[in-house]
Amino acid sequence: MPIIRAEGLSKTYRVADKQPGFVGTLRHFVARRSRDVAAVREVSFTIEPGEIVGFLGPNGAGKTTTLKMLSGLIHPSAGTVEVAGCVPFRRQGRFLRQISLVMGQKQQLIWDLPPLDSLRVNAAVYGIADAEANRRITELAEMLELGDELTRPVRKLSLGERMKAELLAALLHRPAVLFLDEPTLGLDVNAQARVRRFLADINRRTGTTVLLTSHYMGDITALCPRVLLIHQGRLFFDGRLDALADRLTPCREVRLELVEPQPAAAFARFGTLEALEGRKVRLLVPQEQLTDAVARLLTTFAVLDLEVSEPPIEELIGRLFQQGVVE
Amino acid sequence: MNWFRPPSHALRRASRLARVLLSSQYALMLEFRAEIVLWALSGVLPLIMLGLWSGAGVVPIPGFTPERLVHYFLAAFVVRQFTIVWVIHAFEEDALQGRLSPALLQPLNPFWRYLAAHLSEQATRLPFVLAIVALVALVHPAALWWPSPAGFLLALLATQLAFLVRFAIQSALTMLCFWSERAAALERLLLIPYLFLSGLVAPLEAFPAPIRSFALHTPFPWMIWFPAQLLSGGTVPVAQGFGVLAAWGVLFVPIAALLWRAGLRRYSAMGA
Repeated sequence: MPIIRAEGLSKTYRVADKQPGFVGTLRHFVARRSRDVAAVREVSFTIEPGEIVGFLGPNGAGKTTTLKMLSGLIHPSAGTVEVAGCVPFRRQGRFLRQISLVMGQKQQLIWDLPPLDSLRVNAAVYGIADAEANRRITELAEMLELGDELTRPVRKLSLGERMKAELLAALLHRPAVLFLDEPTLGLDVNAQARVRRFLADINRRTGTTVLLTSHYMGDITALCPRVLLIHQGRLFFDGRLDALADRLTPCREVRLELVEPQPAAAFARFGTLEALEGRKVRLLVPQEQLTDAVARLLTTFAVLDLEVSEPPIEELIGRLFQQGVVE
Repeated sequence: MNWFRPPSHALRRASRLARVLLSSQYALMLEFRAEIVLWALSGVLPLIMLGLWSGAGVVPIPGFTPERLVHYFLAAFVVRQFTIVWVIHAFEEDALQGRLSPALLQPLNPFWRYLAAHLSEQATRLPFVLAIVALVALVHPAALWWPSPAGFLLALLATQLAFLVRFAIQSALTMLCFWSERAAALERLLLIPYLFLSGLVAPLEAFPAPIRSFALHTPFPWMIWFPAQLLSGGTVPVAQGFGVLAAWGVLFVPIAALLWRAGLRRYSAMGA
């Protein structure tokens, strides 16, 4: 039986519509105008207990809005949703004790106090006895490689330490469902890897169902056998990651800074030219041709700087939508 | 699932939660001790008014000797310090900054945290208030008096009840944050009648009879004048005072609860 079930889930926001400039400001002051924006449109899916599912999509696609509806923060405009046997927006205690939402840029920890103070509050809020709470804190802190950080004020922690402490706080009450919104945003590569390892561990040990959004393809490939792909509020793909990967052309982004500017045509034989601004060039190169293309670029042009990275997920997905290969 | 839990279990849990919330909020307030000194100093309006009313040529207030007036304003200063409510500002900021969402995901109404924060702030404020009172006594020894034990206890009770009523009224206004991003402006609108009708600028007895009668139909004088009179040994209708405070509380708690439910339906989790 699915632990998450969304059926025709939609959310429309009413947003203020103001024209720029002084006249626009005056008009907006005298007569407010607003318009409806459909953030999520008729999204349906189910998730089984213990699954880790990646929620992918470009900025503004509706990922966070969907997570907010699933966690009961906002009411859907239409459709039905059920999580852990409850209707989220009713916010019953039974539901709230079974879920947790971690938002990469927002925190539940008290900013000016050490995480342990917030953890004590959480233990009391969720009715976890002191001894049991201490046992869970020790266990989770070990898994997250957290030590002294728990007794330092949150404001003194690095972003990575803070995110690990947030995860600890979110999991103290052992939720059945964990929603993660960009959990590795802004973290360095090592911290990202630790967070991914931890999430995989937690899922394996406790069977926690995880639904996570991320801009980093690395998070998705490391954790999620299944992905949901959302674009402009609509669900475009629901299936195994390898099925989606087949549709994505595996490629790498190559950024160059040249000594002399070159015409766009000069880069055609190395890959797809994504941007050309003076001496700065951005190319997408198929992964199997990467070594060869980089070697040829270095011998063909006078290069000041060269950087190879994974292209942003929204760019890949954007290309997919342009090519019309996502159904 | 354990469907039946004896009341002692629920009580133990509630008392642990209250203890933990209060101690964590107290620890947080101690981080802001310098700010709290400034807040305490910013609440000296009754002491300024005392200076004005003590000046030569001021029409005497019926029932108030100069010494009684000093006691009244000092009592009003103390009562004011322990009835300050800022939940609307904290809530508005939390909602705008996206900090409300994590609190909404826990099985505890966020207003319990705000209440704990206010009570902890009162505890943090206490030594500073005592220091200011001691300073006034040093400058003006006649300003001090010993309230009767009964008067002191009644004043303590009335002050805490006044605080809770003010908290309930402001909480109801706070819910308008779900409809407007700047609901705290409404609180500023209420500040003017509060200042004039509460007894902060003058005891109620100083006002003409029609204004005094009007004021008594509002919650404001019961929040400062009533507890300050109890503390300074003045004559006030004790039963009526507690009754009126309780009635305003009984009126506004359900209003706040209804608006909370309606507001959550509108909540868009902005900034989160």
